[in-house]
Amino acid sequence: MTRLAVPKTYKLFIGGAFPRSESGRTYEVLGANGDFLANAAKASRKDARDAVVAARKAVSGWSGATAYNRGQVLYRVAELLEGRRAQFVDEVQASEGLSRRDAEAQVDEAVDTWVWYAGWADKFVQVAGNANPVAGPYFNLSVPEPTGVVAVVAPQGALSLLGLVAVVAPALVTGNAVVAIADERHPLSAISLTEVLATSDLPAGVVNVLTGSAAGIAPWLASHADVNALDLAGAAELDWVDLQIAAADTLKRVLPPDGRDVATRSLERIGAFTETKTVWHTKSML
Amino acid sequence: MTFLDYAPAPESRSILSLRSSYGLFIDGEFVDGHGDGFHTVSPANEEVLAEISTADGHDVDLAVQAARRAHDKVWSRMSGADRGKYLFRIARLVQERARELAVAESLDNGKPIKESRDVDVPLVAAWFFYYAGWADKLDYAGLGPAPRSLGVAAQVIPWNFPLLMLAWKIAPALAAGNTVVLKPAETTSLTALLFAEIVQQAGLPSGVVNIVTGAGETGRMLVNHPDIDKVAFTGSTAVGREIARSVAGTSKKVTLELGGKAANIVFDDAPIDQAIEGIVNGIFFNQGHVCCAGSRLLVQENVHEEVVDRLKSRLSTLRMGDPLDKNTDIGAINSAEQLQRIRELSDIGEAEGADRWSADCVIPDNGFWFAPTIFDNVSTSSRIAREEIFGPVLSVLTFRTPAEAIAKANNTPYGLSAGIWTDKGSRMLAVADKLRAGVIWANTFNRFDPASPFGGYKESGYGREGGRHGLAAYLAPQSAAAITASAAAPKTTRVKKGSAK
Repeated sequence: MTRLAVPKTYKLFIGGAFPRSESGRTYEVLGANGDFLANAAKASRKDARDAVVAARKAVSGWSGATAYNRGQVLYRVAELLEGRRAQFVDEVQASEGLSRRDAEAQVDEAVDTWVWYAGWADKFVQVAGNANPVAGPYFNLSVPEPTGVVAVVAPQGALSLLGLVAVVAPALVTGNAVVAIADERHPLSAISLTEVLATSDLPAGVVNVLTGSAAGIAPWLASHADVNALDLAGAAELDWVDLQIAAADTLKRVLPPDGRDVATRSLERIGAFTETKTVWHTKSML
Repeated sequence: MTFLDYAPAPESRSILSLRSSYGLFIDGEFVDGHGDGFHTVSPANEEVLAEISTADGHDVDLAVQAARRAHDKVWSRMSGADRGKYLFRIARLVQERARELAVAESLDNGKPIKESRDVDVPLVAAWFFYYAGWADKLDYAGLGPAPRSLGVAAQVIPWNFPLLMLAWKIAPALAAGNTVVLKPAETTSLTALLFAEIVQQAGLPSGVVNIVTGAGETGRMLVNHPDIDKVAFTGSTAVGREIARSVAGTSKKVTLELGGKAANIVFDDAPIDQAIEGIVNGIFFNQGHVCCAGSRLLVQENVHEEVVDRLKSRLSTLRMGDPLDKNTDIGAINSAEQLQRIRELSDIGEAEGADRWSADCVIPDNGFWFAPTIFDNVSTSSRIAREEIFGPVLSVLTFRTPAEAIAKANNTPYGLSAGIWTDKGSRMLAVADKLRAGVIWANTFNRFDPASPFGGYKESGYGREGGRHGLAAYLAPQSAAAITASAAAPKTTRVKKGSAK
């Protein structure tokens, strides 16, 4: 006799909690073979705005944490993801129609991506910052700081877990808070990832994940005045030029889509969501 | 005669021989523009200095074509060492012609000669000198080995530091192997055209630097030209937004250096004499025509009265008048239009309940002038506490605790600069960490250096000018393939996509 399984209810991840969409709407998520997998929450404009509020609240704590601490938290995410490897392999396999091997490769790469970025947390400032030899009696130092709240459209339609991790992790390294729109067709691994995040000592609100229509949610984030930056990694199929135009109203930093399913691990990705602060201080004349 | 009265000491204009009219500088030569020309006037007395050409769409196109040819065939292929030598030549020529450039700048812009002579022009030479040395060291710019130039840069600059802004734009662009088409501000084209002569004297290959003059429409055509690879703009946030919209969906790289409403925070333990000088320098330097001006003074409540009293008595000693006079502290407002804006916002400040005080200056009959003005008891919601005035107008607000100072300082969509005055190093560093601004001056203000990155947070724009960061703004990594191949790059496992449709 086979045991009757207990399916999971997939919800949103906002401010460290797992609410349903305030709209009460869901949409069907189908597997690669067309089978019903689950209902995912269909995030609304209000959910997007709530996520931005949660993210803004989280910025000062996360960016104010020591870089060493942020690095440990990101590494902890990798540890917990590794511990739930089998679940994620099953999930991306069912959803994306991958071979077992390819599904495992994707999850492994996602874990390794967290590890790679975790290590940058207490080094990026050294690599991107400068002591500046100005012509005068001044101490002068330039350091990168997080931009603030980063809205991300995760890559759509393939490699749903890795695609999301490869854009969320670099934004977190320096202390940004993120509002991410998950892969619309394959949202389940993103929501399961938030269960990992919620138990990794990542403060509430540092990462918020919305599932639903990317085309429907993205414009609200692109035009939101309290969003500082917009990563359009997965927006190639959307009207991303319109999103960039909307973002110009508050001069958001915008990373246009580059057509990749998985963003390359890079320092540029970390740097794209930082601001350089230069501090001058007088030296006394002895 | 009191000790405040000085005999006039005007700098001679004879060193400067202006032509009656100037054309555009395209492909190494001066040519007539096809738009309607206009006069450039001295804002100090409204004297017409010269006739300036307007570049129309055709002229802009010719300039971009010239820059493209020069980039593809000459400049980007030249060795970095040789590019550097050209830039060193320019730095030297600027130093040699420094006095002439300072006189021209003060005449055309209205800023005091002591500023153009001691700040603007020396910094112009320093900027070229600094970036000249980078030209053959691009491997160390932080973008991996052999980064490449972007191509043709469209550069649009403002009228507050005409020649200095030109240097900020052109020096890093050329060092990185780009060629440029630069549009100076309508009211201050002269020094850019004198710079074109320097470009000729330096023997720079034709088309590497092109200068097109005109008003906003010329700038718009330049920025929107399809063969531009990089846009660098310094100016208002409104125009910055327009540019950000217009480049959406293109591959143009953009740096924007926009408006500001900087907080200058004075704690009660500040070295008060230096602080007073710093506040004055922060907002009255260059008549307050400074995007990073310390236009919001945040004073700790217990020293508020003392600071404001001492400011008033210090301002009463500033001399306003002939920009070419070596004793002049406060020059002319750059244009009638700008003067109108300053007056409007000042009237609004008064209407909204702030206490207005202006230094008792003799206002010349001709030209555009505005006496140094302080508004006390300004509320955070007042327009003079929120909007950039871009004139010699200081808004004074108070605070009690560091947390309140930080909250008030950050309470603005801008984030270009800020000042902190305190004797306590640990407090300075803690406050500097919390301020959302790109440049923070502690116990000083309005310091600029080619080695020091400058640029804003939030709606003050993006990208940096100055230093290694300013160089990187004109470079791209060699290529995606080259990066993947480099040893420093991480190895990415080949992860395969599934069959889900």
